[in-house]
Amino acid sequence: MVNETDKPKDAEALIAGLQEFRDEVITKYPKKIGKKRAKSIILSDAENPPQIQANVRTVPGIITQRGCTYAGCKGVVLGPTRDIVNITHGPIGCGFYSWLTRRNQTKPVDENDSNFIPYCFSTDMQDSNIVFGGEEKLKQAIREAYELFHPKAIAIFSTCPVGLIGDDVHRVARHMTEEIGNGINIFGFSCEGYRGVSQSAGHHIANNGLFKNLIGRDDEVRGSLKYRVNLLGEYNIGGDAFELDRVMEKCGINLVATFSGNSSIQKFENAHTADLNMVMCHRSINYVAEMMETAFGIPWIKVQPIGAHSTAKMLRKIAQYFGDKELSVRVEEVIEEEMKAVEAVRAKIHPRTKGKLAMLFVGGSRAHHYQDLFEELGMTTIAAGYEFGHRDDYEGRRVIPTIQIDADSRNIEEITVSKDETRYNPRKTEEEMKALEAEGMEFNEYHGLMAQMEKGTLVIDDLSHYEMDMLIEKYHPDVFCAGIKEKFCVQKMGIPLKQLHNYDVGGPYAGFKGAINFYKDIEQMVCASIWKEIKAPWENEDYVEAQFVF
Amino acid sequence: MLLRHTTEKEIERKALTVNPAKTCQPVGAMYAALGLHGCLPHSHGSQGCCSYHRSALTRHFKEPVMAATSSFSEGSSVFGGSSNLVSAIETIFTVYDPDVIAVHTTCLSETIGDDMTQIISKAGEEGKIPDGKRVIYCNTPSYVGTHITGYSNQVASFIKFFSTATSKKRNVINLVAGWMEPSDMREIKRIASVMEARTILFPDMSGVLDAPLTGKFKMYPDGGTTIRDMIATGDSKFTIGLGAYSTEDACVKMENKCKIKFEVVEIPIGLKATDRFVTSLSRHANVPVPDALTEERGRLVDLIADNSKYFWRKRVALFGDPDTLIPLTEFLLTLDMKPVYLVTGTAGKHFDEEMTRMLADTVPEARFKSGERADVFQLHQWIKQDPVDLLIGNTYGKYIARDENIPFIRMGFPIVDRPGHNYFPNTGYVGATNLVIKILDKILEHTDRTCPEEKVEFQM
Repeated sequence: MVNETDKPKDAEALIAGLQEFRDEVITKYPKKIGKKRAKSIILSDAENPPQIQANVRTVPGIITQRGCTYAGCKGVVLGPTRDIVNITHGPIGCGFYSWLTRRNQTKPVDENDSNFIPYCFSTDMQDSNIVFGGEEKLKQAIREAYELFHPKAIAIFSTCPVGLIGDDVHRVARHMTEEIGNGINIFGFSCEGYRGVSQSAGHHIANNGLFKNLIGRDDEVRGSLKYRVNLLGEYNIGGDAFELDRVMEKCGINLVATFSGNSSIQKFENAHTADLNMVMCHRSINYVAEMMETAFGIPWIKVQPIGAHSTAKMLRKIAQYFGDKELSVRVEEVIEEEMKAVEAVRAKIHPRTKGKLAMLFVGGSRAHHYQDLFEELGMTTIAAGYEFGHRDDYEGRRVIPTIQIDADSRNIEEITVSKDETRYNPRKTEEEMKALEAEGMEFNEYHGLMAQMEKGTLVIDDLSHYEMDMLIEKYHPDVFCAGIKEKFCVQKMGIPLKQLHNYDVGGPYAGFKGAINFYKDIEQMVCASIWKEIKAPWENEDYVEAQFVF
Repeated sequence: MLLRHTTEKEIERKALTVNPAKTCQPVGAMYAALGLHGCLPHSHGSQGCCSYHRSALTRHFKEPVMAATSSFSEGSSVFGGSSNLVSAIETIFTVYDPDVIAVHTTCLSETIGDDMTQIISKAGEEGKIPDGKRVIYCNTPSYVGTHITGYSNQVASFIKFFSTATSKKRNVINLVAGWMEPSDMREIKRIASVMEARTILFPDMSGVLDAPLTGKFKMYPDGGTTIRDMIATGDSKFTIGLGAYSTEDACVKMENKCKIKFEVVEIPIGLKATDRFVTSLSRHANVPVPDALTEERGRLVDLIADNSKYFWRKRVALFGDPDTLIPLTEFLLTLDMKPVYLVTGTAGKHFDEEMTRMLADTVPEARFKSGERADVFQLHQWIKQDPVDLLIGNTYGKYIARDENIPFIRMGFPIVDRPGHNYFPNTGYVGATNLVIKILDKILEHTDRTCPEEKVEFQM
């Protein structure tokens, strides 16, 4: 939470008024819908997080931020991998809209390395394919993709009509793996847009696919650094993974695989050789962390390398986990050195940003993580929420056993993972784990967004356009964080919007250098001169018409 | 290299599209619906469609793009989306209060066969549509046609649901805008106004997708063709469609419904297409062409003549939509440039015929392709085989331009990396002037940066 001295003077009154806002905002809806929305709009309490309704269907007609399962699977999780040919099986649109529209950067190792990210591959289904089935066209498309590009792997992504007409992408994948041979790896995803209630279902489906088709296929231990970790749920938007890779390497830590920013097939296949999994975006990737622990005995911890202090915290956790003096010393050296640069910039910017208000409505982790950066800037978050989070992302993982599984979650494939007979290797003994826990290290734990928020602040799941409009009208935050669809609505009201999906072509924002970038970008946003020029001189109330003197 | 896997070697492709030069119908329907004042587009399908379309349009225009969705679940996909749409209609009128909801379908709702007429009348019977409000629809299955088809279907639906012929004919010309920028619509209205022709332009995105920043968010911006004007189009004396692919259906529908004769001309991009539009408007509105407009034309001709040596025989590759590519190709020929490669993902004989007509004698080496697998990958392969001096297309072209070191002009949809396209027109004589300046700027800049030092010219 933000420093007391940084809070705006009227912070208490502001927060006290949020209850009233909440009661008022739901009166606009038809009664039944208002009742439903009321359960998703709650006041936070870090000590004792109240239950929030999340991961439920959006009411039809509500203007939502959410996207679909295909977007979560193809766009988010599998999109950032450079050497898989991702074929969208469906009409042209879905492939087109997910073509280069997320800013996951990738850096091929040399000129011979594959990079299919700037490409869009689609079966471009026509009405005849809908009527007679599209499997043959898909097979042919795979043949052509192989002939043209000779990739090591091809992934197939199902769009809405594919599920409806009964095309079996998994059967096609098996068939074509055999037909092409040469060790090619072809696999499909049943990620039709209508499954689930948001992108979240797509993340889960993608996680299952990663585990079934890629993870654990290559046992060779590579690299000379002895501390081997994976970073899960980091998508290299604006180069975040590059910065985290830099920081880790500086500490002597080997980042074996990032899921899936700047990733490659080999990194996925090799990921099970790491000794610790760190989960960044809990929502989109916790399944893989769980599966890898069950199958290979790799423990996982939640990290939050957004914000300089949180990044330092992550590094200390790694050092603590490996329990190596040499690493701890190195980590402290790196932190000290990096923090000098961070503090120098922060000290300059903080006076210009402190006392300001932020609101964050985005994603399944960013609305939480970015509060750290705002705190470093002295900015208070009075309202936040996720687009596709679940209750555990708000209230913490302790509520998982109590979450009711509804029809929309039930139709997402759950895969059963068991211990890998030959390769299961608990990285720490039970005693070691207990000792680490006694020192305060938490495994398999995430406390959720509410743990970070001030008591009485607003938490809204699946914010609607109308609710956003009301929030801004009433509270005039100094910066509002959301995505591209919200950006220009909010800016028309004279409030800068920071996109936390694509960073407005900014970034990296992770790690130490990322924090510096973020401070500067937020300073630019809240201090931009143009916001003071919205009214023409003759539109201002105190404008006095000039008169000729006769 | 960004597109490191593209080589000049072509294979015969029957199924795989790589880097499409088109997208799907619903985004076109959504775009067109924004050109009706007080209208909220509604996507009847999965949430993702609406989200993708809103994002695509927002990235292009850098403006709010409001639209709602039926938020299909797996259940609705099995049992039909009727209850989703009825409930959406109630929610939308209660919370967002538009005058009109323009529903368009998606591949999902089309595959399961939702009957729009029946569902909307059910919503009416259940009292979900307040008095004076309207719910209209068009069918836009994503597996038929392209975004241009969707645009055309939405515009035709305006006529189906609004245009009404009364006994009183008005001395007004309907102008049906093809897929163009708000700046182009503004320019076309300006031309009509300079000519003192009475017109109704629809759809009209000017004032909607180039709205001012005022400190207030308007869910329904000031621009857009009003419902009143849209109804009145049925009493106009003539219809001019701008762009065959995006407006001919609407023109035909208007003739059938309101007995109004029509002419389809190209979108007025370039000298000759603008000449034809001005001539058509002058003839049908029965107004003379004012000197002011002839002067604008003269300035354009002067500019081209003064710089003609820079255009001569320059090879150009283009991709985009047929209604833009046809007049643009004609204009490049006017400049003595050589449009050598053209692709458009939108299928149709008209494009092929026009290209053959224009290019067969003038640029016999030209290659063009439309429809399925007429994609940007194909265009790039041709460029690899024999390079060009200029590339014109949407933002996806910049990857080719960088790899091949070709000057690049952004034109079409989507342009997501440069602003201004919704502010400065490509249509009319003024738009053609803008275009000529852009082409010159790119070509000369390229020469300045790449020629040997001793060849750098101070004056050009």
